[in-house]
Amino acid sequence: MTDLIRLTDVEKSYTRGKEKIKIFDKLSMRIEQGDFVAMMGPSGSGKTTLLNLLGGTDKADKGTIEFDGKRIDNLSEGKLTAWRSTNVGFIFQFYNLMPILTAAQNVELPLLLTKLAPAKRRANVATALKIVGLEDRSKHRPREMSGGQQQRVAIARAIVSDPKLLLCDEPTGDLDRTTADEILSTLQVLNRDLGKTIIMVTHDAEAAKFAKRTLHLDKGHFNEQELAA
Amino acid sequence: MASLINQIGAVTALNVRSIPQRGWMSLASIVAVALTIAVLLFFLALSNGLRSTVEGSGSDDVALVIREGSNAELNSVVSRDQLSILATGPGVAQREGAPLVSGELLVIVDGVKRSTGTNANMPFRGIGSEGLALRRGVSITQGRMFTPGTNEIVVGAGLLREFSGFEFGQSIRIRGTEWQVVGVFEAPGTVFESELWADVAVTQSLFNRPNIYQTMRVKLTSAAAMDAYKSWADGDARLNDVEILSEREYYARQASQSTGQFTIIAWVLGVMMAIGALAGALNTMYSSVATRAAEIATLRIIGFSGLATFFGTMIEALILSALGGVLGILLAFVAFNGRTTSTLGAGFTQLVFKFELSPAIVVTAIIVAIVIGLFGGMFPGIRAARQRPQLELASQ
Ligand SMILES: Nc1ncnc2c1ncn2[C@@H]1O[C@H](COP(=O)(O)OP(=O)(O)O)[C@@H](O)[C@H]1O
Ligand SMILES: [Mg+2]
Repeated sequence: MTDLIRLTDVEKSYTRGKEKIKIFDKLSMRIEQGDFVAMMGPSGSGKTTLLNLLGGTDKADKGTIEFDGKRIDNLSEGKLTAWRSTNVGFIFQFYNLMPILTAAQNVELPLLLTKLAPAKRRANVATALKIVGLEDRSKHRPREMSGGQQQRVAIARAIVSDPKLLLCDEPTGDLDRTTADEILSTLQVLNRDLGKTIIMVTHDAEAAKFAKRTLHLDKGHFNEQELAA
Repeated sequence: MASLINQIGAVTALNVRSIPQRGWMSLASIVAVALTIAVLLFFLALSNGLRSTVEGSGSDDVALVIREGSNAELNSVVSRDQLSILATGPGVAQREGAPLVSGELLVIVDGVKRSTGTNANMPFRGIGSEGLALRRGVSITQGRMFTPGTNEIVVGAGLLREFSGFEFGQSIRIRGTEWQVVGVFEAPGTVFESELWADVAVTQSLFNRPNIYQTMRVKLTSAAAMDAYKSWADGDARLNDVEILSEREYYARQASQSTGQFTIIAWVLGVMMAIGALAGALNTMYSSVATRAAEIATLRIIGFSGLATFFGTMIEALILSALGGVLGILLAFVAFNGRTTSTLGAGFTQLVFKFELSPAIVVTAIIVAIVIGLFGGMFPGIRAARQRPQLELASQ
């Protein structure tokens, strides 16, 4: 299999006041196309930071990040934004839907960044909603839906522009077990049937079981055996 | 480009549709802009109405003679001899063989302002027999003109509207003498409507100012005759201490003196209130950006540009200030445009005129509202544009 993501000697630190906090020191890893990775680790270990680096919402201090064979770490802000909108879908713990927009309007947001005509946009939105099983909820607003349904809308929004990579930060952190399992099954379907590469940060060992493999991050380092496997 | 317009449209729609979540705050900033605009318009309309009344009073073909260095009629003196000489100048219009000139004397009498019941100074003008003929657009609308040599007066319609004590048909007592109000005259949009007129000779004697004139009006055959008339007077040593200017020049000078203060008040108050309204707009917009921080971060993560979030905030601010501006202009039209008011004019007497909004003034108000919106949206917009598109921000 080919690598979708390749990180080489990535360094990242934050300055808080005068203090410099090193999050990653020479972090290297690869993720294959079509993988479904659960990422676990204590709070503050750098999981969200890593998602930000992979998704191009934050920049590494040093090292290279390749996506599909091309470097993204040296892209300009504008190019990175454009790259992000076509290649990465994001799923958040608290769904992050726009409360005043309907499900369909929320899902349509990423398509407003494309050249697609309105009719084509509507068709794609309908397809995405259908994939997550919410075709009959398209006119509903977030507050008229359960947490699980809202997360499904968020998943539809993440896949509507057909990105290769889905980044999920605690996608089931706010859901009960049954609903969480439904969401995780949906992610599995997206991985298996649509070939989406998924990286999912989670605290929940049960959730991690839905992934193909699990990586543990601690103090900015992955467990070497897991990484080599 | 198409994408950017889409983005701006979507972000703006999100902003605008979430305004009700900040309803009271947004309303307060709309009202602040509206009040600013209304106050600015109040004084600009006042100043404009006053100016157009004062300026509109003067004719180009009437020469006004005043003592050199006097900027108001009250402290001017023109002698009887000078009057006779001035009537013989070149280009003086004639009627039935007599020159159209009027020696005039202005005195101050008391009136009562109807709206407040307070005393106010009224201009009481003694005019020559041709005083009416050489003023354009003056017409007696009730009763008749005073008869020369009698204690009769005619009253300006504007004065009558705003002040009491000079009602038509009434007999009134001024400084121990009875006067009869025999007529009402109109002279729309001029200062004359704020005056009382009587025969100048009677005025001189009853106010104990024998043979004293303050000004003289000389009707010329045309405006073109003015320069020749002026240089003729310059060449006569007996007329050394008088100044001749066209009636229009005289009133233009008066206008700039009396309206200047209102224009200054308009802008001083207007700018102070605009700063207050701007503070309100900034506060509203910063709060808009703050409450939507997670929303903005999410949009940025999805791939919306910082420029789109900037414009969304900017347009929201402009919409609020434009609403405020429109409200302020409506308020001005309903509350005071066209209303009659009076103020102390040059010469320390009351001048009656109308608030007058002009297209230029309304445009000025719109510009002020837009400037408030631009600045009120710009800094919060920059903050929105700088919002980092990061996951932890989006999760709060
Ligand atoms: N923007 C930032 N500025 C400063 N410190 C940050 C920032 N983002 C994350 N950190 C710090 O980096 C460390 C790792 O954070 P994070 O990646 O969010 O951890 P996790 O998601 O594993 O809990 C934490 O100590 C956190 O406080
Ligand atoms: Mg985290």
